[in-house]
Parts: sequence; structure tokens; C-alpha cells
Amino acid sequence: MRSLIAVILLAVIGLGLALCLSDMPFGANHIATAEKAGRHYLEKAPQETGSANVVTAVVVTYRGFDTLGEVTVLFIAAIGLGMVLYRRKKQEGKPPQPASFVLQTGCCFLFPLILILGVYIFLHGHLTPGGGFQGGVIVASGFLLAYIGCADMKIRHRWFEATESLAGSAFVIAGMAGLAAGGSFLMNFMPKGNFNTLFSAGIIPIIYIAIGLKVGAELTGLIANLLERAE
Amino acid sequence: MLATVQNCMVIALTVLMLAGAVCACIFKDLISAVIATAFVSLLAALFFFLLHAPDVAMAEASIGAALTTAIFVIAIKKTARSEEE
Amino acid sequence: MSFLFENSYYIAAVGLILIGLYIMAAKKNLIKVIIGLSFFETGINVLLIAAGYIRGGSAPIFSHPDMQAGKMVDPTPQALVLTAIVIGVAVLALALSLAVRLYEHHGTLNLRKIRELKW
Repeated sequence: MRSLIAVILLAVIGLGLALCLSDMPFGANHIATAEKAGRHYLEKAPQETGSANVVTAVVVTYRGFDTLGEVTVLFIAAIGLGMVLYRRKKQEGKPPQPASFVLQTGCCFLFPLILILGVYIFLHGHLTPGGGFQGGVIVASGFLLAYIGCADMKIRHRWFEATESLAGSAFVIAGMAGLAAGGSFLMNFMPKGNFNTLFSAGIIPIIYIAIGLKVGAELTGLIANLLERAE
Repeated sequence: MLATVQNCMVIALTVLMLAGAVCACIFKDLISAVIATAFVSLLAALFFFLLHAPDVAMAEASIGAALTTAIFVIAIKKTARSEEE
Repeated sequence: MSFLFENSYYIAAVGLILIGLYIMAAKKNLIKVIIGLSFFETGINVLLIAAGYIRGGSAPIFSHPDMQAGKMVDPTPQALVLTAIVIGVAVLALALSLAVRLYEHHGTLNLRKIRELKW
């Protein structure tokens, strides 16, 4: 009975979606006219922000306030997870069985390489695909690997919390500096530099480094909480 | 010719993706269902790449296929592994 | 056949959304419901990116001097989806931590057996 109701509901929703999509042919050039936002971003972003990657320019400058709200949501989710899993007295479970020698050596060998990859990706966010979010997630997955694989590795929560708060403050301070330099929150007030080189695009690399560190620390803390706090 | 081959490939990937999703729906073992979820995420990342969105493809591949799977597996380890009726 | 060729991305997206909704509505296990939520989210992301695609366009990155802005796909949905994916993983982790806590309280993940969530 329950699944029958579900199927009828799904048929209605699917029909509605199909009707909506029939108005929107796949692959049509829907940003052909000049007043569309996508057209403006594509044409003006290289001059206005100096960033070769237009998606980065949209995420960090045009929609930078949205991104600030997004890292706030991430922060709130991490706090919520810590609160839900909080328990006052720490009960020591039985220690996990250590991994085999080959696995431990492999994890400890791969860990710095994964960190370097993550840092590379968020440093080059304005030139190549990638950026703060992707690099931060790769850093976090490197820490996850080390946490599971290397037996003697302990995650020091205090350090991650400090990194995260510093990076979050750096984001807000960079935005405020734009306000102080005359203009608006998150205005790109620094020199743009040579297009398509590492030192270009003004405050975009700085903000993306801050986002990368914040996302990496946040997700590492989230996973460590999930691994340690729950019994 | 090339376009036709590419179209057929996309259709094959679509079928694989939906089959993976249905598998995740019917598997009784939750770890298997989570692995099917990771497979669907990986194919979604491939779709994003084919749609010329490399930034999103990178995010989906590293989050959907790696971190989400890890979080699910940790949570299943702390609870029950099989889906009881 | 040409309908399939034209709309295969849309079909994949809508199919994922419907499968995710079905899992959320019909399954009783809480972890399965969260898996359905993640399918739903992936489906919506694919739908948004497919709506922003322009035939013959390239990725919106000026990696080469002679690339033209007129021959690129729409960057706006890509920026939206990028942030949505990262929020999605945080929401999933929060939901799973709630599931772990519920299991500790009730000893089961079956939604029918957990009184408070019955409908």
C-alpha cells in the first residue's frame, strides 16, 4: 500500500519534471543575449577579476557572499555533529586491530603526496579546474587515510580548530578590507597581475587558500568526531 | 559518426547509472548499497566532465566517491550492517 | 531514438531523482533513507549542470589565449552546484550522526519500530 502511494506520487512528480524540461531543450544557447548573467560573467570576468577560471570568479567574487554563507553552513553542520555525538565521560572501547605492515607503510607514504595534491589544487584554483572546496576535500581525505592506516597517528583537535577559525577570519577580513578600500564587501582591491599566471587575480587566490584550509580542517574534524565520539 | 558513438556511450552510462541506483535500492547488505552509491557518484562525476564542468566533476569525484562512502561506512560500522525486515 | 540521443542527460537526472524519492518514501531502514537523500541530491546536481550546457561549448576556463567567451558553457549553474555538493556532504554527515544516536537509544534503525518517527 505504502509503495503504491509512493509510486503514484513519483509518477506525478516525474510528469511535472518532464513538463518543465520540455520547455528547456538540451544544449540550446540560452545565454545568447547580452543581458543574461552567464554571458556577462563569461565576457567580463577575465577583465574584472583577472581569473582565468570563470567558475572560480563567480564563486569567490560575484557570488562571494553566498560562499561565505556556505562555509557558515558547513561550520554549523560540524558543530551540530559534535553536539549530537557529544558524551561527557570518555569510554575507552577496545583498541582497534592494527593494520598490516604493508598497509601502514603505504598509507604513511601516500599521506604527504595527497596533501601536496590538495594544496596544489587550491593554490591553482584561479588557473585550472579545482579550487578551495576540492583541494580542501582532498586534504581531508588524506587525513582520513592517515587516521585509518597509520596506527600511531592521533588527530589533535585543537590544531584543526585553530586552523579553521584563522582561515574563516581571514575570509571575513579579506572581505572587510574590500569594504575599507572603498567599494563593497569582497571587492577585488589588489592588483590583478599578469593574466593566467600564478600571482594574479588579486584576492581570489588568498580567499581560496582560506576556503581550502577551512574546508580541509572542518571535514577532518567532522570525520574524526564521527570515528571517535560514537561508540 | 563520432557524435553517434558518443551519444551511444552516454546512453550506456545512463543505463549503468540507473542500474547502480536500483541495485542500491534492492541490496539488503548496507555496505553493498553504499558501494553502489559510490559507483553512481563516480558516474555522475563522469557526466559532469562530459558536460564541460571540470570543477564540479572534481568536487563530485572527491566528495561523492571518497568522503561520503567513508562517512557511510563509519556510520554503518557503528550501527547495524544488514537491513532487517 | 533521436529523442533518447537528445535527452539522455535529462533522463539520467530525472531517473536518479525518482529513484531517490522512492527510496526515501518506501524504505524503512534509516540508512537506506539517507542513501536515497544522497541520490536525490546527485540527481538535482546533474539536472542543473545539464540545463547549463550549451552545444559546442567548452569548459569556462580561459586556459588558452584564443578562446572565445561565445563558445563556452554557462558558468552560473556550475558555481551553484559546486557549493551545493559541499553542503550536501555536511548534511549527510549530520544525518548519519543522528542515525547513530537513534540506534544507541532504540537499538534499531527500522523507522516503523522507532515510535517517534512513525507516520
